[in-house]
Amino acid sequence: MDDQVLLNVKDVSVAFNTEAGKVHAVDHVRFELKKGIILGLVGESGCGKSVTALSVMRLLPKPSGQIINGSIIFNNENILNFSPEKMTRIRGKKISMIFQEPMTALNPVHSIGKQIKEVYTLHFSEMNLKQIKQASVEMLAKVEIADPEKVLKLYPHQLSGGMRQRVMIAMALASRPEILIADEPTTALDVTVQAQILSLIKELQNSFSMSVILITHDLGVIAENCDEAVVMYAGRVVEKACVKELFKNPLHPYTKGLLNSIPSLERKGKSKRKTQLPTIKGQVPSLENMPKGCRFNPRCPVKTAICESHVPHEQKYSLNHSVACHFVNNREGNNAYS
Amino acid sequence: MPILEVNNLKKYFPVYKGVFLRPKGFVYAVDDVSFTVKRGETLGLVGESGCGKTTLGRCLTALYDKTDGNVHFCDQDIFSLSPKELKTFRLRVQMIFQDPFESLDARQTVKEILEEKYLIHKKHNRINIDDEIAVLLEKVGLLNADMSKYPHEFSGGQRQRVGIARAISLNPELIVCDEPVSALDVSVQSKILNLLLKLQEEMKLTYVFISHDLAVVKHISDRIAVMYLGKIVELADADSLYDKHLHPYTEALLSAIPIPDPETKKERIILKGEIPSIQNPPKGCRFHTRCRYSTDICRKEEPVLLINNREKEHYVACHQYG
Ligand SMILES: Nc1ncnc2c1ncn2[C@@H]1O[C@H](COP(=O)(O)OP(=O)(O)O)[C@@H](O)[C@H]1O
Ligand SMILES: Nc1ncnc2c1ncn2[C@@H]1O[C@H](COP(=O)(O)OP(=O)(O)O)[C@@H](O)[C@H]1O
Ligand SMILES: [Mg+2]
Ligand SMILES: [Mg+2]
Repeated sequence: MDDQVLLNVKDVSVAFNTEAGKVHAVDHVRFELKKGIILGLVGESGCGKSVTALSVMRLLPKPSGQIINGSIIFNNENILNFSPEKMTRIRGKKISMIFQEPMTALNPVHSIGKQIKEVYTLHFSEMNLKQIKQASVEMLAKVEIADPEKVLKLYPHQLSGGMRQRVMIAMALASRPEILIADEPTTALDVTVQAQILSLIKELQNSFSMSVILITHDLGVIAENCDEAVVMYAGRVVEKACVKELFKNPLHPYTKGLLNSIPSLERKGKSKRKTQLPTIKGQVPSLENMPKGCRFNPRCPVKTAICESHVPHEQKYSLNHSVACHFVNNREGNNAYS
Repeated sequence: MPILEVNNLKKYFPVYKGVFLRPKGFVYAVDDVSFTVKRGETLGLVGESGCGKTTLGRCLTALYDKTDGNVHFCDQDIFSLSPKELKTFRLRVQMIFQDPFESLDARQTVKEILEEKYLIHKKHNRINIDDEIAVLLEKVGLLNADMSKYPHEFSGGQRQRVGIARAISLNPELIVCDEPVSALDVSVQSKILNLLLKLQEEMKLTYVFISHDLAVVKHISDRIAVMYLGKIVELADADSLYDKHLHPYTEALLSAIPIPDPETKKERIILKGEIPSIQNPPKGCRFHTRCRYSTDICRKEEPVLLINNREKEHYVACHQYG
């Protein structure tokens, strides 16, 4: 295995048992997280971003959610084979996760100080109280909280949304993890606060030399913060590329459609003010009614017969770019269509 | 004559304290705001959460009473309408909300939701209502068969179409849209924006379009007002606001928006600190605590919204521009 690869998600499929029967939320998802980079996971709501992240953390809701296929290799070991005890030592220590709404992850009746302390006692049993206090203050300072001593005494509801997310980041990074998974960390925040938090995550990624999986539905956030990106649609990966390449030369009809439908802030952008925006026809399919073959085919402007019958496999298009589309794959090295 | 004229409008919410509910102060949600809306245009209203956009929208539609100032709709003071006049006003001015689910009755079918309007205003007899509704549904991109469905049977985008159908059902002149696409995925958002643009053209509608998404607002608006802590800090035509913005807050807000193009290099201004409390806004210019250009006068005197470029109708409230 390439030793630059820290985490290798290989053909992971996840099924949920629901009242309507078994549904496949995530289907043969594969991607690699290289050391020291920020990887973006992007797609519209319901496409399987959170389920993928929760699979890596082994935090899928039990007993309804199950990983039914694949492996997740971290430091040459398959996470999916770890005992629950071993997983507890990895989770929050080697791999940490933060969420869109920190309130759901923070305990409302405990002070911030107490909650950070728990992280240290769980993962660093050798630390005494004085050391923990000092480390907590340092950690809050690292996430640019102005008055750490004071914030340690506060309760979650006394903090703004942006401050809470900083506290979550401090708690996630206290154990110096190798991987941070950030699931829509700024979606609930205003743009100016989002800018603060994203610049903080980038800075810390650098100074802690960790790898980050940044989950978002915002292609702007991907463009400005990530090195590589994975585009998901209806539970599958449709395209993967380094970020520059993805935006310069999007290959999958879904990626193209998505990029075109965003109103542009830039003058030079495609969309003229007060004119009809390009759209993707139809709607996202439901889990119970996934189309055969390529899941995007009912909405695709370039689909052919094979798209309705055969699942397109991921093919390398260039060194840093792969795509799962019959149309592109059948025209090797030729992206003449648009 | 402008369709809407807002003069020194204020809306304060009292804050109470303790068991005896003693007044403790006010939320200055809309604090001395003036602007006009021209017939047929879209005025965008942007700003971060809590700055007073929804409150302002609800004042413009007379859903809230004012604290001070006035709003004229077609030369009529909307806060002193007789019950009969208010009824007519409610035909002519409509509102669309972010979460159509919240504003739609979950126990009613689409048909019931839509026909209610016709019944209340007794404009039609029953026979015509079905035809009217069929036409209406087609106009917003829904099917005839959707008439008998309940709101929960629709996706977010379709639900917003029902919300829009309800708003346009009585041929209004002005619609205040409060974050109508904020809860939608981009591929759905573009379709709803297209629909709003199409309807505006077909029905000669005037929009006040509230959103925190500046790219969306730029796309749909002719002119844009930027709000910060209950005040309008800048107002200009859409292109000027993006290319020649004057207020330091507008500058920071624009620079914070992630652009979906990694080749675009821009200066990123990261605002320090947090938005101050709207109950206790900073003295002087409300933005001075986070402004990188602030000087002495900004801490002392509150700047007023003044015209900066007459031809472009560009207004700004900042001491830098005298
Ligand atoms: N606990 C669950 N039970 C059943 N279905 C679920 C559960 N969690 C997620 N799903 C489904 O899995 C799909 C992917 O969800 P998710 O990963 O949360 O999407 P995203 O994070 O991309 O918005 C969705 O269709 C969702 O409804
Ligand atoms: N009905 C109300 N009673 C008391 N305070 C309110 C009420 N509505 C809004 N506010 C307060 O007024 C301020 C502005 O709110 P709002 O107009 O909803 O802002 P926006 O729509 O820009 O997010 C906020 O501080 C909010 O908490
Ligand atoms: Mg999610
Ligand atoms: Mg609002």
